[in-house]
Amino acid sequence: MITYIFLQQYWWFLISLLGGLLVFLLFVQGGNALIFLAGKSEQERELIINSTGRKWELTFTTLVTFGGAFFASFPLFYSTSFGGAYWVWMLILVTFVFQAVSYEFQGKVGNLLGRNTFRVFLTLNGCLAPLLIGTAVGTFFTGSQFVVDKAAVGNIAAPVISRWANGWHGLEAVAEPFNVGFGMMVMALSITLGALYLINNIDNDKLASELRRSLLVSFVGFLLMLVFVLFKLLTMDGFAVDANGIIVMEKYKYLHNFLQMPVVLAMLLVGAVLLVVGVALTAWRKNFKRGIWLAAPGTVMAVMAIFMIAGYNNTAYYPSINDLQSSLTLANSCSSEFTLRTMSIVSLIIPFVVAYIAYFWRQMDRKSLTTEELNTSDKY
Amino acid sequence: MVETALVDWSRLQFAMTAGYHWLFVPLTLGLAVIMAVMETIYVVKGDEFWKQTAKFWMKLFGINFAVGIATGIILEFEFGTNFSNYSWFVGDIFGAPLAIEGILAFFMEATFFAVMFFGWEKVSKRTHLVATWLTGIGAAISAIWILVANSWMQHPVGMEFNPDTVRHEMVDFWALVLNPVAISKFFHSVFSGWMTGSIFAIGISCWYLIKKREVRFALASIRVAAIVGIVGTFAVMLSGDSSAVHVAEYQPMKLAAAEGLENGGQRAPFSIVPGVEVPGVLSVLATHDINGYVPGINNLLNGYTTPQGEVVPSAEEKIERGRLAIEAFGDYRKLSGSDPAAAAEARKVLDENVEYFGYGYIDSKQELVPPVWLVYWAFRVMIGLGGALLLLMCVVLWAEYKKSLASMTWLQWAALLSIPLVYVAGQAGWIVAEVGRQPWVIEGLLPVKAAVSSVSVAAVQTTFFIFVAIFTLFLAIELRILINAIKKGPEIENY
Ligand code: HEM
Repeated sequence: MITYIFLQQYWWFLISLLGGLLVFLLFVQGGNALIFLAGKSEQERELIINSTGRKWELTFTTLVTFGGAFFASFPLFYSTSFGGAYWVWMLILVTFVFQAVSYEFQGKVGNLLGRNTFRVFLTLNGCLAPLLIGTAVGTFFTGSQFVVDKAAVGNIAAPVISRWANGWHGLEAVAEPFNVGFGMMVMALSITLGALYLINNIDNDKLASELRRSLLVSFVGFLLMLVFVLFKLLTMDGFAVDANGIIVMEKYKYLHNFLQMPVVLAMLLVGAVLLVVGVALTAWRKNFKRGIWLAAPGTVMAVMAIFMIAGYNNTAYYPSINDLQSSLTLANSCSSEFTLRTMSIVSLIIPFVVAYIAYFWRQMDRKSLTTEELNTSDKY
Repeated sequence: MVETALVDWSRLQFAMTAGYHWLFVPLTLGLAVIMAVMETIYVVKGDEFWKQTAKFWMKLFGINFAVGIATGIILEFEFGTNFSNYSWFVGDIFGAPLAIEGILAFFMEATFFAVMFFGWEKVSKRTHLVATWLTGIGAAISAIWILVANSWMQHPVGMEFNPDTVRHEMVDFWALVLNPVAISKFFHSVFSGWMTGSIFAIGISCWYLIKKREVRFALASIRVAAIVGIVGTFAVMLSGDSSAVHVAEYQPMKLAAAEGLENGGQRAPFSIVPGVEVPGVLSVLATHDINGYVPGINNLLNGYTTPQGEVVPSAEEKIERGRLAIEAFGDYRKLSGSDPAAAAEARKVLDENVEYFGYGYIDSKQELVPPVWLVYWAFRVMIGLGGALLLLMCVVLWAEYKKSLASMTWLQWAALLSIPLVYVAGQAGWIVAEVGRQPWVIEGLLPVKAAVSSVSVAAVQTTFFIFVAIFTLFLAIELRILINAIKKGPEIENY
């Protein structure tokens, strides 16, 4: 029996899945963060850019679809967060806008700003996008300052439903160490993934050894941030929803969520193990290049677990610390049953989409990228 | 209070982003077809010349595509950032096509774009051809869904207002998808993209002819482009014609503004320019019947009765009923916990007047009239250029058929100089569609001023100027890179 509650949970599952895929695909950003750090010569930089450049649209599209899916399934989040945490989202968008044109522009005659400027844009997006997205996701646990009042629609002079309760419009999130830690964790993770991906995708020994160094550094950074974030997460008070839909603070809420949903805990642990094994094998075995294919499912699973902790088990996933009862839960922010049902039917096409992406990904990447290929065929 | 300045800047920001986006999208839609046709000829004939011809246009396509994506992502998120109230009030309906667009179309474009550009040596000839077509088809599918969304704003269907959740909720998905407005708009926009791609390709090819370079390439490109363009223009005209009928039916104020029609009636005249009118033609255009009744601005404001006896209330009455609906909504919310009987009463009043809910936010009836001169002139520019460009393409194709195009310098110049015109036509079209529906963000349901986010005017101004600067910079760079690539020319030896 497919109930309204089930549909809400299903859509949160899809949001988690898209979130997981998005973080995995941030390897594009992470790779770009390494253009100058790991790429010592022009050839190496070109290799990095052309390697991530064949995948960036997937990341971008996943971001857009993540936004679209959130809009369709939990529109109150879309309106409250985007309209409220205005500056954070605008900053994220601006970095992506620069990234979108930089690949195409950087290598072309007449690009006005010069090749390196566009590569700097790529690097900036590479660092900032994961950092900012991570910081924004951090607020899923620490809360934001907003008020939701649906009855405002009846006020002809000021019919605004969601209002942000401070003038910082989202920038205040950086005042909370957990959020920033979360952002840095995502950034370090994306660089780790970027290095793993490039090692796999490019056939160039010198670059590979640079990348292995970057891999270790970023992974250590990631682990440090992970410990900090997990410690905080498991000890903090969380935003629980009681049987009447009232939001209450609960001690160790997120720890409880893990314990009460062992499958989710298992996803986190298995994900982490896959990630660690992928990195370790790549770092210590010179000929091992497939680390990314362990880290990828690992990342997707772990990120999904984090989203599930935020939304499942009667938890308010987008809490308001300004007005507790304004907090968004799956039930109070979701679309109507009809829309969720319709969109669920549409979602059945997702496996097919994933399948053709995977098929053509393999077709295109059967051979690793080399300088020779760049010299003889089309490139950015 | 929602400040007027906030409403205006939010609108301006969206309009500016959309205007820029529509500089890049139509070329994507049109060139995709042209280069796919060229590659098909290559695969069928096996002639390397066609491969290089297709590849040259693909290169220009790629440069343009990136900027289209960059502007597009901003648009999608601006619904949330700047129109947050809208996003909740109708998100239940509006979010769906956006999500479907991502799942169905964007991934297709993203995947096959990469195969098209980098896959020449990695996949078979046929697979590559399929990838090229799928890139273009992906773009067209994306147009379907975003225009379904836009058309729903022009003519909302398939939903019901739910006062408990305070939003409109979808009750009929297929009504949304098969909205007649969406169908006309889809064909009109996509085929106007074909026109854009064709005029662009013809104009650039003519530049080569003027320079007496790459002559075989230029003439071959012109043949393909002119045929695509002429087919496209006829389709634009047919779909534009049915769009006009829909506008007359669902957005009569837009049509009255587009015609500058103060007082309507039967056998309404079509104004070519102010003062020059052809009697009866507007009635034919709007209703496909010379005796059809077309209301003017004053009729719409003061109320009227059609010859069929249908009584349309005046603006004042609509506003009054809108107020009643909003008031009843407030009562319903207040009472539904405490006094079910009174709440049911309020609900009844709400349901009776909900059709005019949006009018409740309108202060004076003058607000209901969009800027007439802008819509009027934009409409004429669009149609006039449509005719002129069709003529141009026919003459070009005829000249090429007679083998005299290569020597007709004046025609080559005319084609080259037409490139900006096709963009003007497209922008004018969107001005008709979007300025013409003011003050509504959703026709009759929600005025723009009740749709905006509560952010400061200064914040919106800041992002507006940031985006103007970024997009203008990108446009300038794109043009320079395009010009450089065109000067360099296709990589075709011995032609
Ligand atoms: C030649 C006869 C034409 C007619 C009768 C016509 C009719 C219309 C009408 C009635 C609309 C408004 C639709 C609405 O508000 O819902 C419209 C919009 C539009 N037109 Fe045209 N048009 C013509 C030519 C062109 C040409 C040549 C172009 C561009 C190359 C063009 C591009 C557009 C665009 C982009 C829109 C906005 C999208 C839409 O609403 O469909 N049109 N047209």
